[in-house]
Amino acid sequence: MVESEINIKKIIAEVLAEMGHDVPASSAQGEVAAVDDSPLVDLTTEDLKKQLLVPEPANRDAYLNYKDATVSRIGIWRSGSRYKTSAFLRFRADHAIAQDAVFNDVSSDFLKEWGLFEVKTKCTDKDQFLTRPDLGRELDDENIALLKKNCNERAKVQIYVTDGLSSTAVEKNARDTFLAMEQGLKGHGIEVGAPFFLRYGRVPAMDAIADVLHPEVTVALIGERPGLATAESMSCYMAYNAHGGMPEANRTVLSNIHRGGTPAVEAGAHIADVIKMMLEQKASGLELKK
Amino acid sequence: MRLKTVLSGVMYEFKDLNEVMAKANEEKSGDRLAGLAAATVTEMIAAKEVLAGVTLAEIRNNPAVPYEQDEVTRLDQDRVNEKIYAELKNLTVGEFREWLLCHETSGDDISRASHGLTAEMVAAVAKLMSNLDLIYAARKIKIIAHCNTTIGEEGVLAFRLQPNHTTDDLDGIRISTFEGLSYGSGDALIGLNPVNDTVESLSNILKMFQEIKETYQIPTQNCVLGHVTTQMEAVQKGAPADMIFQSIAGSEKGNTAFGLSASVLAEAHDLMLKEGTATGPNVMYFETGQGAELSSDAHHGVDQVTMEARCYGFARHYNPFLVNTVVGFIGPEYLYDSRQVIRAGLEDLFMGKLSGISMGVDACYTNHMKADQNDIENLAVLLTSAGCNYLITVPQGDDIMLNYQSLGYHEASALRELLGKKPIPAFAAWLEKMGIYENGRLSRIAGDASIFFG
Repeated sequence: MVESEINIKKIIAEVLAEMGHDVPASSAQGEVAAVDDSPLVDLTTEDLKKQLLVPEPANRDAYLNYKDATVSRIGIWRSGSRYKTSAFLRFRADHAIAQDAVFNDVSSDFLKEWGLFEVKTKCTDKDQFLTRPDLGRELDDENIALLKKNCNERAKVQIYVTDGLSSTAVEKNARDTFLAMEQGLKGHGIEVGAPFFLRYGRVPAMDAIADVLHPEVTVALIGERPGLATAESMSCYMAYNAHGGMPEANRTVLSNIHRGGTPAVEAGAHIADVIKMMLEQKASGLELKK
Repeated sequence: MRLKTVLSGVMYEFKDLNEVMAKANEEKSGDRLAGLAAATVTEMIAAKEVLAGVTLAEIRNNPAVPYEQDEVTRLDQDRVNEKIYAELKNLTVGEFREWLLCHETSGDDISRASHGLTAEMVAAVAKLMSNLDLIYAARKIKIIAHCNTTIGEEGVLAFRLQPNHTTDDLDGIRISTFEGLSYGSGDALIGLNPVNDTVESLSNILKMFQEIKETYQIPTQNCVLGHVTTQMEAVQKGAPADMIFQSIAGSEKGNTAFGLSASVLAEAHDLMLKEGTATGPNVMYFETGQGAELSSDAHHGVDQVTMEARCYGFARHYNPFLVNTVVGFIGPEYLYDSRQVIRAGLEDLFMGKLSGISMGVDACYTNHMKADQNDIENLAVLLTSAGCNYLITVPQGDDIMLNYQSLGYHEASALRELLGKKPIPAFAAWLEKMGIYENGRLSRIAGDASIFFG
């Protein structure tokens, strides 16, 4: 028993030494480990491009130079044929953030703080939203009545926010984008209708909304399907004279709105200019001349 | 054809074979979205029971999409070997299932039978199989193909190295390729999904792959997966391609949505035999996936398993080196969660092999599905047990361009080690020569891509 324990310790020490790790000093039996109150470093902040886990690369400089050309998880080394613990945890963390963005709802606190009223599509829950894209494009009578009660019909510009596939994207970017957009449009002398939140919305829901409110320009801020690189990316879809059955090609889209892409405030200012052009040309999508 | 049954005191009556086929499917969100799924689990079992009593002749005579309307049906029906079909046609689907599974039926027997089958027969029998049945039957079937090297031999598990990049940056692609090679991936193919589907971009990447292959004397094949017509133009202008790739669908309408037809693929095949850089004779590569037809409204009211089998019937016409389903790529409206993805992956592998094609799988998922890396690692073990010719790998499973997750380069050696498989022999010898493999598994230097920079 004792002998085998010593053997195991010896093997572990050898393996760790081989892998370039220090061998931990054995602690006195029964010693209670002190609790360290400071948190671990945030895994997701490590720049993967600069991280090289291969212990003795044949050519470290070339490895790092090439790694700079891609965000792929490269140079991550291995334990046997499996991943190092840090690389494994980083992957799981990035996926967890993406999943939470998809499966968590936009919080009611967020809506309350902003003062947005809420309508929803025909989807009854998140599962149905994910499996029935057709229902995520339609509104029932109750929600149509809500829209009519709270919004003016035939606004110049009607902006709304919708979860799409990332609640995180909406919570991080929608408000700043909207405020910058509203300010930009005011500067152009363009009035904006009362904004609202549409739960369980797909992009073509904007046609159903336009069929109720008949704005000149309909604008939807919607969460994009998250990748592992970011779960915060939002898109802005715009259409002049949107209506049920309109061609997809008549939508104008600005995607990749997030702190690592086009930041929200910058995006909002740009969108305001695009909307001004749409109103001038009475067109959107492929028909819009830039 | 008998289309009704009583189960637990309830009468179930189906209007035609397509309804039986759809309702006999294991649950898939895509069949539900299409309005074709069984309303209850009991109805699903009733449909399976009815299907078990249908003969192969009845299935042949009722193709999912009418012969007159659809060239995929025509190619599939016209290719049938009538003598072999005559040996099989009086079997019911239930009897055919038992024939496939029984000890007396060898892989060679099944490969012969394959020439007498239509896609709908292949789909029908898959619907009567449990997951282990699918693995058990698929394992028997050996499909060998040759491009520059030979895939599909006993005891071999090959991998596609997929070095995708967000902007097709050549340095980024190069390091990802070296990384994959340093883990022993890339014997099935070094194949990139390009962002820019232009002749120039495809040609540049193909030239780089060729240069890498020649510099390090790597026995494998390359491909850049643009649209078939872009690849053809690149090859006509001298780009060095070993294979031409195309995504295909199980109906003519679906293929039209992909911008192709049977004659375009025939042209591409001829071109590759004349102008391709590979030895051949297998010079085509196809990808498929349950739900693709529904997504382009080209499913003709037919369930997604049957449409998938029709892809394989279409693919086999061009003697492909590689065909793989991209099984979890299309999203939760077609395959909702890991359970459905795992089922579909096993169905697709079995159906592909029964259709006589060199079948692989991209075991993968998107971030809006209820699945994670654990699930596709499970699937990979099942597929390896089932005798899958190859799997797809990207750096740590994270495809930065297509924004989905597949298997990682590490999984290539892990799966081989675990389940006693080897790389394609010529590639295995190369790995040993490079010092990446030692005694059949990763060496001390494996996993260091910079060995290629010297």
